[in-house]
Amino acid sequence: MSPRRTSAGGRIDRTRSIRFTFDGVSYSGHAGDTLASALLANGVSLFGRSFKYHRPRGVLAAGIDEPNALVTIVKGEEREPNIPATMLEIYDGLATVSQNRFPSLAFDVGAINALGGRALAAGFYYKTFMGPVIGPLKGTRFWMFCEHFIRRAAGLGRAGTAFDTSRYERMNAFCDVLVVGAGPAGLSAAKAAAQTGARVMLADLDAVMGGSANWSSETIDGTPAASWAAETVASLAACDNVRLLPRTTVWGYYDDNTLGALERVTDHKAAIRKGEPRHRHWAIRAGKVILATGAFERPLVFPDNDRPGVLLASAAQRYVNEFGVLPGEKIAVFTNCDSAYGAAEALHAAGARIMAIVDVRTSASEDARRIAASVGGEHLLGHAVVETEGGKTVTGIKVQPFDPVAKRLSGHARHLDADCLIVSGGWSPVVHLASQAGAIPKWDETLQAFLPAEPSQPWVGAGAFNGHYDTATAIAEGAAAGGATTDEDSLPAIGNAAPASPPAAVFEIRASGKSFVDYQHDVTAEDVRLAHREGFISVEHLKRYTTLGMATDQGKTSNVPGLAIMADATGRTIPETGTTRFRPPFTPVSIGSLAAERFGEIRPERLTPMHDWHVAQGATMFAAGLWYRPQIYGKPGENIEQAYVREARATRTDAGIVDVSTLGKIAVQGPDAAELLDRVYTNLFSTLPVNKARYGLMLREEGIAFDDGTTWRLGENDFLMTTTTANAGKVMQHLEYYLDVVWPELKVQVTSVSDQWAGAAIGGPKARQILAACVTGTAVDDDALPFMGIVHGEIAGAPVMICRLSFSGEMAFEVYCGAGHGLHVWEALIEAGKPFGLVPYGLEALGTLRIEKGHVTGAEIDGRTTARDLHLSWMLSKKKPYIGSQMIEREGLVSPNRIQLVGVVSLDNRPLNGGSHIVERLDVQNPHDSIGHVSSVCYAPALGKYIGLALVKGGKARHGTRAFVSDPLRNRFGPIEIVSHHFFDPEGKRMHG
Amino acid sequence: MAEYSALSILKNALSGNRDWKPAWRKPEPKPSYDVIIIGGGGHGLSTAYYLAKEHGITNVAVIEKGYLGSGNVGRNTTIVRSNYLLPQNIRFYEHSMKLWENLSHDLNYNVMFSQRGVLNLVHSPSQVDDAIRRGNAMRHQGGDAVFLKPLEIAKLYPGLDVSPKARFPVMGGLLQPRAGTARHDAVAWGYARGADKRGVDLIENCEVIGFIKDGDRVVGVRTTRGDIRAKKVGVAAAGSTGRVMKLAGVDRLPIESHVLQAFVSESLKPILPGVITWGGGHLYVSQSDKGGLVFGGGLDEYNTYAQRGNMPLVEEVMSELLAMFPGFAKVRLLRSWGGVMDMSMDGSPIITTGPLPGMYLNCGWCYGGFKATPASGWCFAWTIAKNAPHEINAPFTLDRYHRGIHIDEKAQGATPKLH
Amino acid sequence: MLITCPYCGPRDVSEYSYQGDANRRRPDPASTDQAAWNAYVYDRVNTAGDHKEYWQHSAGCRVHLAVTRNTLTHKISSVAIARDVVVAERKEAAQ
Repeated sequence: MSPRRTSAGGRIDRTRSIRFTFDGVSYSGHAGDTLASALLANGVSLFGRSFKYHRPRGVLAAGIDEPNALVTIVKGEEREPNIPATMLEIYDGLATVSQNRFPSLAFDVGAINALGGRALAAGFYYKTFMGPVIGPLKGTRFWMFCEHFIRRAAGLGRAGTAFDTSRYERMNAFCDVLVVGAGPAGLSAAKAAAQTGARVMLADLDAVMGGSANWSSETIDGTPAASWAAETVASLAACDNVRLLPRTTVWGYYDDNTLGALERVTDHKAAIRKGEPRHRHWAIRAGKVILATGAFERPLVFPDNDRPGVLLASAAQRYVNEFGVLPGEKIAVFTNCDSAYGAAEALHAAGARIMAIVDVRTSASEDARRIAASVGGEHLLGHAVVETEGGKTVTGIKVQPFDPVAKRLSGHARHLDADCLIVSGGWSPVVHLASQAGAIPKWDETLQAFLPAEPSQPWVGAGAFNGHYDTATAIAEGAAAGGATTDEDSLPAIGNAAPASPPAAVFEIRASGKSFVDYQHDVTAEDVRLAHREGFISVEHLKRYTTLGMATDQGKTSNVPGLAIMADATGRTIPETGTTRFRPPFTPVSIGSLAAERFGEIRPERLTPMHDWHVAQGATMFAAGLWYRPQIYGKPGENIEQAYVREARATRTDAGIVDVSTLGKIAVQGPDAAELLDRVYTNLFSTLPVNKARYGLMLREEGIAFDDGTTWRLGENDFLMTTTTANAGKVMQHLEYYLDVVWPELKVQVTSVSDQWAGAAIGGPKARQILAACVTGTAVDDDALPFMGIVHGEIAGAPVMICRLSFSGEMAFEVYCGAGHGLHVWEALIEAGKPFGLVPYGLEALGTLRIEKGHVTGAEIDGRTTARDLHLSWMLSKKKPYIGSQMIEREGLVSPNRIQLVGVVSLDNRPLNGGSHIVERLDVQNPHDSIGHVSSVCYAPALGKYIGLALVKGGKARHGTRAFVSDPLRNRFGPIEIVSHHFFDPEGKRMHG
Repeated sequence: MAEYSALSILKNALSGNRDWKPAWRKPEPKPSYDVIIIGGGGHGLSTAYYLAKEHGITNVAVIEKGYLGSGNVGRNTTIVRSNYLLPQNIRFYEHSMKLWENLSHDLNYNVMFSQRGVLNLVHSPSQVDDAIRRGNAMRHQGGDAVFLKPLEIAKLYPGLDVSPKARFPVMGGLLQPRAGTARHDAVAWGYARGADKRGVDLIENCEVIGFIKDGDRVVGVRTTRGDIRAKKVGVAAAGSTGRVMKLAGVDRLPIESHVLQAFVSESLKPILPGVITWGGGHLYVSQSDKGGLVFGGGLDEYNTYAQRGNMPLVEEVMSELLAMFPGFAKVRLLRSWGGVMDMSMDGSPIITTGPLPGMYLNCGWCYGGFKATPASGWCFAWTIAKNAPHEINAPFTLDRYHRGIHIDEKAQGATPKLH
Repeated sequence: MLITCPYCGPRDVSEYSYQGDANRRRPDPASTDQAAWNAYVYDRVNTAGDHKEYWQHSAGCRVHLAVTRNTLTHKISSVAIARDVVVAERKEAAQ
């Protein structure tokens, strides 16, 4: 193969030179070149190594269907592997490297695999590497030893581990008509649709729209097809109702005409403007989709058909007509259809010698005969290529007489000179998107191809997608699909029309040597037959057993030939053999683009109004769901335990304040609000007086505890429900579901007000004095504000609502105000608290205070425990039904084997750990017979001990007994005493004051 | 049938691979069998295998509506693990793990079970406690689990974002070293070949269209290939369970069918040593021997029998993968697919006699079906052979829901989409 | 997948939360028929075909919708405000 640049022609800009590197060597190309065309123009024919046998490979195709020529783009530490050189537009400074070779592309030690030959046939690894049954390599060890080397040999490019600095973007788009593919059919469709006034989007995966018009040798209405395309694109670009998306691959067809498309915005640019994304992910909702996706040419399967210098006829035509590159000087043609003759004509016109046209058919059309005569060289009908000669590039071929009906060779093979072999095995319409949308393709015997079936979603097809390969029909179908009224006369006339005839039903020439079906995965025709012999004859088995069609090109060139060879082996037809269902994506899509703006910003951050204050005070913040909350307000030199112990102790001796703005808050309002609460809470709320609050417990329908919190009655028909931070969304949805679906008769409105209220809990012996010092408009003494009472007043001019309730066991108050006043009120409270020793405390101290009191949270209400397990039976009203009430007496929920809440005290004066298990008998070597686990732990300053809450089988019955924590993961074992969970002030004297 | 070995590969290579025999026969269905298993997926095939191997019951047919292994056994992310919290699950999946560890030898088929480790990342103090609680639960039942610190994790997984600035910083990870991945199709094919070798008839392209009943008792099935009678009929139809059971007159079950999408990237040189999961959302990823990143996330969250998902879930899964490995933004998604999951009301399976006389039911696998394949078949075979569950599957009854004896690993209650 | 909210118009599935099987009927709150409660909480029709189900427009107007959607094709054949459907069904049942 000796490819070179032609002296003229193509749509490259010969006045602009671009420098790039491949495997460290610097080359020059022109604007408009792909990496493949530019390398070919520089005489490079070896692009990569195959997956299994590491055979040398060149380019087979010129577009997205390329199986061989994959490269890695390198930008500093960032790497982008497995990019087809045929789709990569060159730019100044582009650096690329070849893949899957060591030490170099030209000399690859992996090629030794080729010697393994038949022993490495499809599925060989299922039959070996199992290793000895006994001894040190028994079990999975021998396989894992072998696997290490297999993994290193496998894989294509190397991915980077450095943070990708690119930006990715997502766009939602809505249109009346989405046209996929901007070849003659697509352009015509878009034009017609635009004329109807519809909102049109036209997407094409290439940089320059036009599809086959850009490389055909035809004229349309007397102008070269490429010019016709350019003019049409320009006229579309001028329409306000048309959006053109070049370099955009529509890759996914989802339900209700939702399509995914990838726009490569800056991949072709040397310099990216600020803010420009690398890729843009389009989520398009289209009223109608026009599929004008064209067709892929298929190679023929014959020995050594993978040698560099063998390429698809249409690819050769594209290289010469579009890029001004001749893939060889002495070109042989091997075909089963007419279209390759057109390619031969184009190559000949550009100055190549056509050495021979080898056609498996015994007779050719008039067009074909005319072209064969005009391009010179031998015209060998009823012949086949049975071998390619050469090392890393074609130097000749062998041809032999062939009967296309019996599919048999006869006579003798003879040598022909050639440095390039162009091949056509017919065409396969690109039905992938239609298949994704739910339509199973149908085999067409005449065209020897799968055609789209009846649409299962609102799409119409046009042109080669429908198996209509001639340009006139494509343009007509496009116009009709776009909504034009059929008018034969207005359609353009095609000059020098490309010959198109159905192919002969020949897919493979059987002769000795490796004949590749799936180039990238090194699946040969013999592998397909081996799969048949071993019974893997269903198309899915074939695919899975041989890996046919599973490579990065997804079998674009190999699916149909593979199927045909299997059909032949089984004596069935191709449709009986089946077709695989195509799944998204049509071509590989960057993961970054699909993440888009969520890349680097996976979730929103929820911050309370007092967040900045916490940070300024040196709080260590940590994530609690989407929220950030202070863990501790550490002082210099303090560790976590010292900090929270100080905070908790100060709260018990003076006063502490904690930000509780993250609690879920739901306004429950309406004449039936109390009734709703009675139904969702296990306890009664209709009896709650106005301006009083009550602690409530909710169950799920199965009778398992769901959430807890206090609900405040602000008026006869007005309640403020609080939920745990974690369950705020779930509880809201829970209420909405019951109101909409189960109790539509209840007149209640629920509104999430979590973000509208800021909250601070202030507790401790001096809490009331602090409030008294800063609250105006209301008294806060015992009479005005009894336990669970609510008052309204002002703090520093901001309206507040204060409820006297306690989580810490101290005399405590929750102060709520509008979120906008949150920081202001908080600062006023801090200021008022200064003379009283008020300290802010974080989640650790909050946990400590509540564990000392034996209050449960999410670690105990963990979605598996019941009210009884948590000693909350007193909250289960017997006066009314509530969600879950009918389910709580069932066998599984009252079983004596259930775990129950207890307190535990460390007897070795060492900290306990959450997640430790509890055992009756300690066995450090071989831990067993867990009776429960520790759910929450702290150092309890009020008791001077390390304590915890735990859920233990037998629960209460074990009070006063000893057991052990058993934590093999942290190697923490030690004695504990099981006690009541009410560690501190069990009578609640402090809280009631 | 010839044993597979390195020697047999060489011998066959010398004869041009022309002498390999089908991995299993393609028999015509007989008029009757001792046992019919409905469903030629992983669980159905392993059930047939263990019926023959462990119980000597070989007059067995596996009825499959498509091709063998066409269900979830060939549509998963190939993860094998037993890192559960609840004792019933630990015992069951540990049993499975032990079968996995010797499966290639047992089947004379390399299922490529590779004990590369499964690492669950945790990102908050409460997640740390939960993970350690689970790891300790495993250790107290003879399983293997260790807790790794962020620095140890960073060494194992270059490219993993362990920075404290991450939205959900990595605070550690629970590692089960014996867990790993297996080649999913090979599991189906290995069991198929093993069952066939022992005389089981594997009948493909044979759809069940009804049941033959004698009163309440199931005595056979009507199929697209004719009536087939049997003394016992086992149903192992995964996502199609609802449809099959309706044919038997069982209209309601504690399961819903949902679609789970899975994804594979282009082939890359080795970059992930094992399976790693993210606790900031729901994501699991490993790298296949061929080099593709194999990963998945949550359900699409609606009832469906279509093996097809939608785009929002795709975007979510990709975002989560990049939250772990920001360097993978330039890696490209190659393929996606969907499997229909039989989601149960507590996230745990059902392996039981009944619900009709003559019938046996195996379903409710949620996401967990692949790793369960050996133990599921083993327990189901026992249950069918003995008309009673083995103690390992005794907890996995159908009536446990009504009795309130949930095995709720994820603590989500009767909301199938959340398990 | 698009669901047409009667209030907001056609919206992407990502705006909605699936709220499950709409074929179930919750027993009367005072009912002590344990079997009926068990069936309501745990048993599902799991239809392959047109399936009645609830969706909440959770990232929109938050209304619950009663949707009939084919579980084989994902085609939606009807959408209505869940409240209206439930109220109408109760009326019918009462008559």
